[in-house]
Amino acid sequence: MASAIRRLPDAQAAVRMRAYDGAIAARRRRTYLGAALLLAMIGLAGNVGEVSIPKFVANIGNFTSYIGRLFYLDSGQPVVANISEWFWGVTQKSKWLPLLGETLLIAYIGTITGAVGAFIWSFLAAQNLVPSRWLRVFARRYLEFCRTVPELVFALIFVVAFHLGPLPGILALAIHTTGALGKLFAEVVENIDMKPVEGLTATGASWVQTVRFAVLPQVLSNFVSYTLLRFEINVRSAGIMGFVGAGGIGQELLVSVRKFYYSDVSAILLLLIATVMIIDLLTEWLRHALIGREAGT
Amino acid sequence: MSTPSAASSPTPRSSLRDISLAQRADIEARHPIVFRADVARRAVTIGIVAAILGVYVFGLATLDISWGAVFDGLTRLGEFAVLMMPPSFGTAARLSAYLSGLAATLAIAFLGTLLAAIIAFPFGFLAARNVIPNVFAHFAVRRVLDTLRAIDTLIWALIWINVVGLGPFAGILAIMTSDFGAFGKLFSEAVEATDAKAVEGILSTGGGHLQSVRFGLLPQVLPVLISQVLYFFESNTRSATIIGIVGAGGIGASLYEEIQVNEWQHVAFLVLMILITVAAIDLISARLRVAIIGRRAA
Repeated sequence: MASAIRRLPDAQAAVRMRAYDGAIAARRRRTYLGAALLLAMIGLAGNVGEVSIPKFVANIGNFTSYIGRLFYLDSGQPVVANISEWFWGVTQKSKWLPLLGETLLIAYIGTITGAVGAFIWSFLAAQNLVPSRWLRVFARRYLEFCRTVPELVFALIFVVAFHLGPLPGILALAIHTTGALGKLFAEVVENIDMKPVEGLTATGASWVQTVRFAVLPQVLSNFVSYTLLRFEINVRSAGIMGFVGAGGIGQELLVSVRKFYYSDVSAILLLLIATVMIIDLLTEWLRHALIGREAGT
Repeated sequence: MSTPSAASSPTPRSSLRDISLAQRADIEARHPIVFRADVARRAVTIGIVAAILGVYVFGLATLDISWGAVFDGLTRLGEFAVLMMPPSFGTAARLSAYLSGLAATLAIAFLGTLLAAIIAFPFGFLAARNVIPNVFAHFAVRRVLDTLRAIDTLIWALIWINVVGLGPFAGILAIMTSDFGAFGKLFSEAVEATDAKAVEGILSTGGGHLQSVRFGLLPQVLPVLISQVLYFFESNTRSATIIGIVGAGGIGASLYEEIQVNEWQHVAFLVLMILITVAAIDLISARLRVAIIGRRAA
């Protein structure tokens, strides 16, 4: 049904229009100011970062030709013409497949060790379980330190202390995992239903018993889910640990890139990508199976 | 069942507990089901734990990791920790080198993230089902994005060094490439999660397709996108600190050198610098997020 819209008298409308225009103009000014600031920062960062468009334009051909060369063997054949030559390292002993396995094991051991650490620290960092403020603050700061320092920095230092090999890689991943998972775990613990905890406290259960029977059943599925996600991330990270000598297939990849073994680079990269994708699929399947089991019981 | 001593329990012992424990035999006789262990369930739990531990021990054995090596390493790490005190930078020239490395790190993170976001922006719409209904187009775009994302920033840095040479520019391009993949995926998901009503409204007033994107979709997705870009900027600040290890600029190069020559006081100083910078960037980005998209959405 049509109804007439009553217009304000012009004098009143003009006042409102002026206010509206003013508000819009103020917002515009803020946007322009933000854009100008952003542009200034881009200019500054471009200067510091040695950005050079001419160099980029002149050499962009190198990028495409580099990517192209990745798919040709030394003999000049395209890689698909001779798959066995392309993936020659797969069949060699102590070459790509064992190194890939080593990468996975580094990720696995690092994740489990880190998750156990995170498990213990998260209860100490949770506000609802630890009455001591100082212990909690200490636990939080420690976890923050563990996740703020990049894992490759830990790996660099550990390589000197523990010598070359998978051990520094494992420890670097474990410490970073403790920091990252500890924060997530603590948040899960802080969001639990406190009634079971009160119930157990009322019966005089000790702190450990309360955690075991009132907290753990509520948080375990979330903990496992987060740990599986972290495992995915750690498989990727373990792939590059070898760049600093901390084990895995990264070392082989670095050598191939530095020595311009083009077809090896593409073969190792494809192996890594395939491994990461398979692990992603597997953990996703596991997570769904777990959630299903949880919902079923 | 063991009875924990009073010393081990921080909470005051309730008399209810003593009464219950005294009557335990009686309670057990009355409610046998509660006390019967679920054998099948327990076997599954034990099996899972045993499998996890089994792979763990197998891994330790395969990788040839011994307690002796761990202990030796920890001892050496303790020595390094002593050598790190107090953190110092040595000469003023070195401090200025560190500071310029830090500036390069921030520039790499900032420009890398920004370029990735700018390039990914149109692709976010192209890969979104509700903007481009062509199944093949968005499948192809998505697979390309997946591949870019699967390759680590450090590997991209190695490739870009071949193109533009050593230096922070290669780092910027590396972060741009790997984040382009991530942003493309996240942006397209944000676009797909929008409410179609706003777009329909624009179209019903006679707006064109482009106008419906600008005034219908963009206001809905922009806060989400900005929030994600800020998160990636935080995480890229961390990535940019290590990208110098392969020669792509930033503070990582100094860190690598100082570790190689066992200058532990300098290493500690550099790590402290990294920690403070990362914390500061986190703080600034949290503030910005609130300022741009409001407290609730953050």
